[in-house]
Amino acid sequence: MLAMLFRRLGLGAITVWLVSVIIFLGVEMLPGDACTAFLEREAKGKLLENCREDLGLNRPALMRYTEWAKGAVQGDLGVSAKGQKPISELVGYRLRNTLLLASGAILAGIPLALFLGVVSALWRDRPVDIVVSTLAIFAMTIPEFVSATLLILVFSVWLGWVPGIVLTPANAPLVEFFPEVLLPITVLTLVMTAHILRTVRSSVIEALASDYAQMARLKGVPYWQMVFRHVLPNALLPAINVIALTIAWLLGGVVVIETVFNYPGLGRMMIDSISDRDLPVTQAIALIIATVYVGVNLAADILTLLANPRLRTMHIRKG
Amino acid sequence: MTHSTMPTGSVISVDNLSIGFRGKAGHMLPVLRNISLDVHQGESIGLVGESGSGKSTLALAMMGYLKTGLRVLNGDVSFEGQKMFSQRRAALESIRGGRLALIPQNSGQSLTPTLRIGAQIQEALKLHSAQPSETFGARVIELLSQVRLPDPASIVERFPHELSGGQQQRVAIAMALAGEPEALLLDEPTTGLDVTTQAHILELLRDLARDMGMAMVYVSHDLGAIARVCDRVAVMYAGEVALEGSVRQVLRDPSHPYARGLLASIPKLSDICLPRALDGRPPAPGGAGQGCAFVSRCAIASDVCSTSRPDLALQPSGARSRCHHVDKVHEIPLSGDREVGKRALSDETSLSLKDLAISYARPSLWGKSVGREDTSVPTVEGINVALRRGETLGLVGESGSGKSTILKTIAGLLPPLSGEVTAHGGAPLPSKVEKRASTELRQIQMIFQNPDESLNPRQTIGQILAQPLILYFGLSGQALTEKTILLLDQVRLGGHYIDRLPSQLSGGEKQRVAVARAFAAEPDLVLCDEITSALDVSVQAAMLELLDDLRRQKNTSYVFVSHDLAVVRALSDRVAVLYQGRLCEIGPTHAVYGAKSHPYTEVLLGAVLEPDPDFTPELSASDVVELAPPAMGCPFQRRCPKRIGSICDTVAPPLREPDYGHKIWCHIEEI
Repeated sequence: MLAMLFRRLGLGAITVWLVSVIIFLGVEMLPGDACTAFLEREAKGKLLENCREDLGLNRPALMRYTEWAKGAVQGDLGVSAKGQKPISELVGYRLRNTLLLASGAILAGIPLALFLGVVSALWRDRPVDIVVSTLAIFAMTIPEFVSATLLILVFSVWLGWVPGIVLTPANAPLVEFFPEVLLPITVLTLVMTAHILRTVRSSVIEALASDYAQMARLKGVPYWQMVFRHVLPNALLPAINVIALTIAWLLGGVVVIETVFNYPGLGRMMIDSISDRDLPVTQAIALIIATVYVGVNLAADILTLLANPRLRTMHIRKG
Repeated sequence: MTHSTMPTGSVISVDNLSIGFRGKAGHMLPVLRNISLDVHQGESIGLVGESGSGKSTLALAMMGYLKTGLRVLNGDVSFEGQKMFSQRRAALESIRGGRLALIPQNSGQSLTPTLRIGAQIQEALKLHSAQPSETFGARVIELLSQVRLPDPASIVERFPHELSGGQQQRVAIAMALAGEPEALLLDEPTTGLDVTTQAHILELLRDLARDMGMAMVYVSHDLGAIARVCDRVAVMYAGEVALEGSVRQVLRDPSHPYARGLLASIPKLSDICLPRALDGRPPAPGGAGQGCAFVSRCAIASDVCSTSRPDLALQPSGARSRCHHVDKVHEIPLSGDREVGKRALSDETSLSLKDLAISYARPSLWGKSVGREDTSVPTVEGINVALRRGETLGLVGESGSGKSTILKTIAGLLPPLSGEVTAHGGAPLPSKVEKRASTELRQIQMIFQNPDESLNPRQTIGQILAQPLILYFGLSGQALTEKTILLLDQVRLGGHYIDRLPSQLSGGEKQRVAVARAFAAEPDLVLCDEITSALDVSVQAAMLELLDDLRRQKNTSYVFVSHDLAVVRALSDRVAVLYQGRLCEIGPTHAVYGAKSHPYTEVLLGAVLEPDPDFTPELSASDVVELAPPAMGCPFQRRCPKRIGSICDTVAPPLREPDYGHKIWCHIEEI
């Protein structure tokens, strides 16, 4: 079991390392570098050489990679080409703001999805299920920017309850993001809930039809006890992985949402850095997102392993 | 012996019950039709029939339970006077699992995977026991020892998947006993278990029913099991009771054509003939028409049979039979008459296995890189067998004995650890299927256990059969179609099946397609992996006939793997008995099934059940499942009832040859 855990952790670390190599190579292959971007038209002759000298860009790629990686492990992501500031400092608040957005969506979305999924499975093909399932399909198929725009139209333009865009600066205290942050959270929650709900619904239906659920009923177990003791623990196992995938998707989803709402988070910073060709920042954010992605999936795997007795005991027996 | 007309003391009473579902056209299609049946106190009654006969539906209906989509059309079931279908939910819940308990077919899937065994049995106690809850822990242990599980204290802590099939079944029985039931419903409780395990479970059930005075309703397709545990039998056909009577009345001289056909289609150890196939198939729900449901398959049917439905009428013998022509049923024979007999076998070798050893354990990448030696004992070892052209070799043994593993290696699906597989006495075949030449591939074909999984559901039967024809013979156009139709005729399906999809076929028809596909390659050797075990007995008998026909026509050799010793006896020229991947005995069929045999063969044969009320199995060894073969000595040392001493544990048993070609590996000198 412990060996298994270490193996998974090791694999996770290797994945992050490979991603970092790919990101670095990708940026390497792009024409131009931080200096050409920074100097723009003056990027020639002595000026360019000096700049490269300053930033250390004229050294071999391997050396630069090692240095970058070493820094990244210690939390130093390099220096932004644009403002010549340490990236860690720039990223800090942005990361916090994105986490506010994501955790809001996760805290609202997961319980809601589990609840609605279970309810629509237990009342399968009844009005509740039909309404919930139909709404879920809408939420899944309408692109985030469309639903975002619709929500802005209804809640800020027509009703005037919340501002449609966020004007709070990135480094403001968290409370100042309320109530503006509620709209983007709602949009993310909608899509997230729909995905998780559908998986939960189908796996609960499957578990309800299982032999062990039938056996529990024939053993005289009351309906609700059967649902909570026999069906749900088994049905919710597959949900763990879908939740992890959805959270990972969320990190990509925020890029669009933050742009629509002008929200000062990691996603918008990434878009800005790309349009500014601020390559060190792009590199750093890509690495952060990849790490979170790997981390979330790793956590889901471990959780599944702990929650599923079949997997949990397998390694003890074989070992 | 309880009599069917006994008026008092009935525990479960089914009164003119009909159950159906709404079909696509909107009509109600009946699954059960006018069932009336009484189960008396302490009596055990068997419900027998082929798949789709409604026997499980009837058993569940006795608990007031219907599967989704089914509904009661008329009639009711009462348990001790309480009408089950007009009960409130709470009242039903207090009866179910308490005074009336079910033992399900597949305990492995019927135990909740995320709950420990102890917790599941305690749950039943909490629901139904009047005792204080502090006593439950001890009671669980008591129940588990009552079903003869070794080391109950450790079983309590385990999860269902950590137990063997037999152990899971015992847990299910313990759980049913928790509510101290007056009646037990058993839905195919031993299907899927090894013969020895099945025999042990049946003995346990017999003893429990006797000691506790429980009534039992035993649902099974296996007349052997029914004969062992039941007093009375109801034979079901197309949702009706066709025949009902005492075990002796039904199994010795059944007064219904279907029951006679069913009995004749069962392979029996005492019978050297192939069982007699029962042609045709039962009507679909709602398709029975006005007359007798069995009319289309009946040998003695007359005009009246297709116009009026016979009643379940009391016969002079005391049995009740639903037949217009009870006086003529004796014309229908009760056994087969086709002897596999001695065929002239050529001396040409079709297949030989030399010192074959197979292991599933693959050294891990990590183990390889640190140079770790593989110390595990191979799954299969020391297999030396030569098979002549046209000969059929039966491989028998319990699950885990390596029967299917050997087939996979012959087919090239699982490379052996060492040893070689040779065809036609030539050079050894490459161990991996992808390295074998086209002709080598063509010569060896395999038929799998489950045709649902071995036939591509998206291809028509024509496309499935065309593949080997195109691949090996390059047929196309008209020639291809003609050959495909010829193949379908050979397996007695007919050319009109060519455009159908597997899902439109019954299980037996699908397996015929699988046979046709194997024979399309014109093989010398066909590997049959439990190919009849998923089929009903009457269909199985037809399949055995077909295999016999084909080998006579084509002079094909078979390696026939089965856990059913009677089936193997009916078809094989020679039989090899395997335990834990080691040969115990090999020889001509009559010798292996004869007087001199390996102790393990005796154990297996002793556990076989015959559809005969006077037959008693001999249980001489425990049914403990061993996970790995012992590192040295005789593979059967731990379970052998005739163990002679430490020599069995340390020295590999010597080969003894009581007759020419009959080999037994055992330390006992006087076999």
